[in-house]
Amino acid sequence: MSLRSALLFAASLLCAGAGAGEVPPSERRSGYDLMSRETRAIQDDDATNPGMLWVLDGEALWNRKAGAADRACTACHGDARTSMKGVAARYPGFDAALGRPVNLEQRVNFCRAERQKAPPLAFESRELLALTAYVARQSRGLPIRIAIDARSRPFLDAGREAFHRRQGQLNLACSQCHDDNWGRRLAGSVIPQAHPTGYPLYRLEWQGLGSLERRLRNCLIGIRAEPYAYGAPEFVDLELYLMWRANGMKIETPAVRP
Amino acid sequence: MARAVVTAPTRARRGEIVEVKTLAQHPMETGFRRTQTGELIPRDIIRRFTCTYNGTEVYRVDLHPAMSANPLIAFSTVATETGTLAFQWVGDNGYSVTETASISVE
Amino acid sequence: MGTTRREFLILAATSLAVPEAARAQLDPNLAANRKAAFQEALRRIVGDAQVRRGRVKLQLPPLVDNGNSVPLSVAVESPMTETDHVRAIHVLTEKNPLPDVVSVRLGPRAGRATLSTRVRLADTQSVTAIAQMSDGSFWSDSAEVVVTLSACLEEGLI
Repeated sequence: MSLRSALLFAASLLCAGAGAGEVPPSERRSGYDLMSRETRAIQDDDATNPGMLWVLDGEALWNRKAGAADRACTACHGDARTSMKGVAARYPGFDAALGRPVNLEQRVNFCRAERQKAPPLAFESRELLALTAYVARQSRGLPIRIAIDARSRPFLDAGREAFHRRQGQLNLACSQCHDDNWGRRLAGSVIPQAHPTGYPLYRLEWQGLGSLERRLRNCLIGIRAEPYAYGAPEFVDLELYLMWRANGMKIETPAVRP
Repeated sequence: MARAVVTAPTRARRGEIVEVKTLAQHPMETGFRRTQTGELIPRDIIRRFTCTYNGTEVYRVDLHPAMSANPLIAFSTVATETGTLAFQWVGDNGYSVTETASISVE
Repeated sequence: MGTTRREFLILAATSLAVPEAARAQLDPNLAANRKAAFQEALRRIVGDAQVRRGRVKLQLPPLVDNGNSVPLSVAVESPMTETDHVRAIHVLTEKNPLPDVVSVRLGPRAGRATLSTRVRLADTQSVTAIAQMSDGSFWSDSAEVVVTLSACLEEGLI
């Protein structure tokens, strides 16, 4: 990590502050710890992890020429194993042109539009999941490093506010389960702290790979709230907050979860 | 698109028992699920998996709807000779995928 | 992805008509029928032969993370020689809509009589693995598994 980003990271820890109820760094636990030994084994072994099927697809797409510019990702980024290392650990990242944070899915689509002159990939499409899984896989084992500065601070605050806001017919705030009651059971499942360390991940419930936004939609529907549309700014603000809240935890993509 | 992945050792001693792990990308639609409006989603599954070693079948699996999506099939085989392990998945609606893995046996 | 009001009304109307499959779901004999199906599947595999407990080790988590994908492994004690080996391994359930889960055909070339995979379990139940030996004998093992429902489901429930 460069000196500049190290300083930014240290500054973010001081400026952003730990909100009331946030899990202290020493107590942060991944959902991985809550799974059975057998399910953990599925995640740990690339040969049995079904998420790897998407990662391999992503690798093929990374190398495939696309769009009117007839360029592959490799044209600008070369070998993803080096160029994409650490990238997913810093996302959502601030996009200066847009003036707001964007997530990895949006970043991929901007690249496609600007550099490849290719149409965007639909959210939750097989191709977009494969590409983001492949990119995020290159950060596996690296700690999440969301750096907050004056530009991104308002968006972090918006995400934090959404996390603590009661909503939906069940009138529940995310924090009530994931800050105040993690570790306890809800309808047979143990409530996790909700750190997005392994996205996109293979969820056994979905029998497929899905993004963080898909999982957040599940949560919102679960509390009977209107889910935001994919790519909505509300979602990205929340993703920014969740990743920041998980700072220091290791990326597990492609994770496996119940 | 990667439709199946095989993990097997590339070399082994003669007579050694080697582990083979296979993953196939497939929804394994059970035929019991319904859409939001109540229509039955037709069954669409992988029916059979075979592994041949230099042409001889060494492991065969018949799959039913109770097998999870993106099925994992992990098994073992004796490293008898240098050659090719060939894997085939066959299923509904003309699904057919093959993969191979070379093994060098001393 | 959620149900529109229109779709909800259609679903409500059709479920009042109680189509065949829905009636089957409401079948008071469901458990008994599935148990009978299990017995029939077992008979299809072993015929009149006796099935003995032992030599087979079936491993499943006692409490599953998700019934859609339950890691399962079977291992059968056998020298796996030409004259003494496992010919087939079958896995059956008592409460799934269909009793058969998976069947393996193997022989001495396998080296070890094993299978590792992931299966779907519809409910808390007993899972059975049956090994067919080269001498025509049958051995089995069973495991009890508790299956609970996910807390936050994706589809909006009616």
